[in-house]
Amino acid sequence: MKAPPFEYARATSLAEACELLRRYGDEAKLIAGGQSLVPMMAMRLLRPAWLIDINEIAALKFVAVESEVVRTGACARQAVLERDATIGVRMPLLKQALAWVGHVQTRNRGTAGGSLAHADPSAELPLVAQVLGAGMLLRSAKGARKIAAEEFFTGPMSTAMAPDECLEEVHWPLWQERRTGSEFTELSARHGDFAMVSAAAQIALDSEGRCVRAALGLGGVGITPLAFPGLTARLVGTRLGENDFEQLAREAAAQCDPGSDLHASAAYRRHVAGVLAARALRAAHGRAESVQ
Amino acid sequence: MTETLNAITVEVNGVPRTARVPARLSLVDWLRDELRLTGTHVGCEHGVCGACSILLDGEPIRSCLLYAVQADGHRVTTVEGLAQPDGSLSVLQDSFCEAHGLQCGYCTSGLLIAAQALLDANPHPSDAQIREAIGGNLCRCTGYQQVVEAIRLAAERGAGKITP
Repeated sequence: MKAPPFEYARATSLAEACELLRRYGDEAKLIAGGQSLVPMMAMRLLRPAWLIDINEIAALKFVAVESEVVRTGACARQAVLERDATIGVRMPLLKQALAWVGHVQTRNRGTAGGSLAHADPSAELPLVAQVLGAGMLLRSAKGARKIAAEEFFTGPMSTAMAPDECLEEVHWPLWQERRTGSEFTELSARHGDFAMVSAAAQIALDSEGRCVRAALGLGGVGITPLAFPGLTARLVGTRLGENDFEQLAREAAAQCDPGSDLHASAAYRRHVAGVLAARALRAAHGRAESVQ
Repeated sequence: MTETLNAITVEVNGVPRTARVPARLSLVDWLRDELRLTGTHVGCEHGVCGACSILLDGEPIRSCLLYAVQADGHRVTTVEGLAQPDGSLSVLQDSFCEAHGLQCGYCTSGLLIAAQALLDANPHPSDAQIREAIGGNLCRCTGYQQVVEAIRLAAERGAGKITP
């Protein structure tokens, strides 16, 4: 047995999970899909005294596509979101990103909520949440609160969640513009590995082809996934072309603060960030243009 | 310290099995060390290699990333559960032999599980879909080409849905 000893509690409702969190506080960890938590425990990077299993809470597994938002329960499996035909049509960026998340076996067990709560700065779903400005509904024994992605992600594997809080729902905003296109791309040693750099873009155009809304994000090049609302706001009202994509990508890459490791140097990551940002913008724009 | 033992009942290859397990016992260790179902292999033990793939409620997952206690009340199919009731090889297993889809065999049980799950959901996959389905299974011998051929052969032979 590789993990250190711990006590196991299977919560059957969110209220029970919150009560257990209230009782054990930072002695406890919630386990959703466990695709990051279990390896970390196997390597003894984490030694929780209690593991609170939320996998049997049916109320945390829903997917609801509403008019302005896709609401997903914190324990909705990545494979379920990936297969959801409505998400594929209404929120293609999420489906595009999921294709890069691990493998079939890990997506069958892994949850979107777990990935967000784990907050790996190179992970795909936190980047989508940051780019779209998703909202996180957090629950504790004291009550609920909702915070935006930009406040939620506070650092590598760090979020604004208190030790007694459980992620309950994720609210992914739907863009209403008919001519909307998106793209997710990344560079890794092998498909399914951790991304060295990832990029996500979404662009909406009016009937004349002018940009009405744009978002760009980069992952793996900072302590949290990064979005660039200040840069993309400049695109609004203009017809976009190759120069815009290149210029914006260069400026976004310049704002990144990547680290160096065995896989890639900081300079290489920054270079790749610019390349991938331009590719993502170009592809998202092309998809938006193809909607008549 | 003495560890708390948790009572579990898991349906393994169609048979309910009960046990009392420490919470930190992984599902794959329980299957191999206690149930002696050693067809499922243990590779990396942190979710990278895919050797320990099993079906949980019909879906392929990594059994090193699930604690046995979490499987309580669920249904598990291991590679032993793929063979026909008389013990002879399934269409998929036979196709792996015929197409030389293995050398050392370490990854094979995981690949069989991944491939059977694919064929259960999609009886006539494209080569791209086959490669996507086995993307989470590392093999250091074959270069994957014959594995893809084996799965394609099994599909042609109608490796039907064998998992409930």
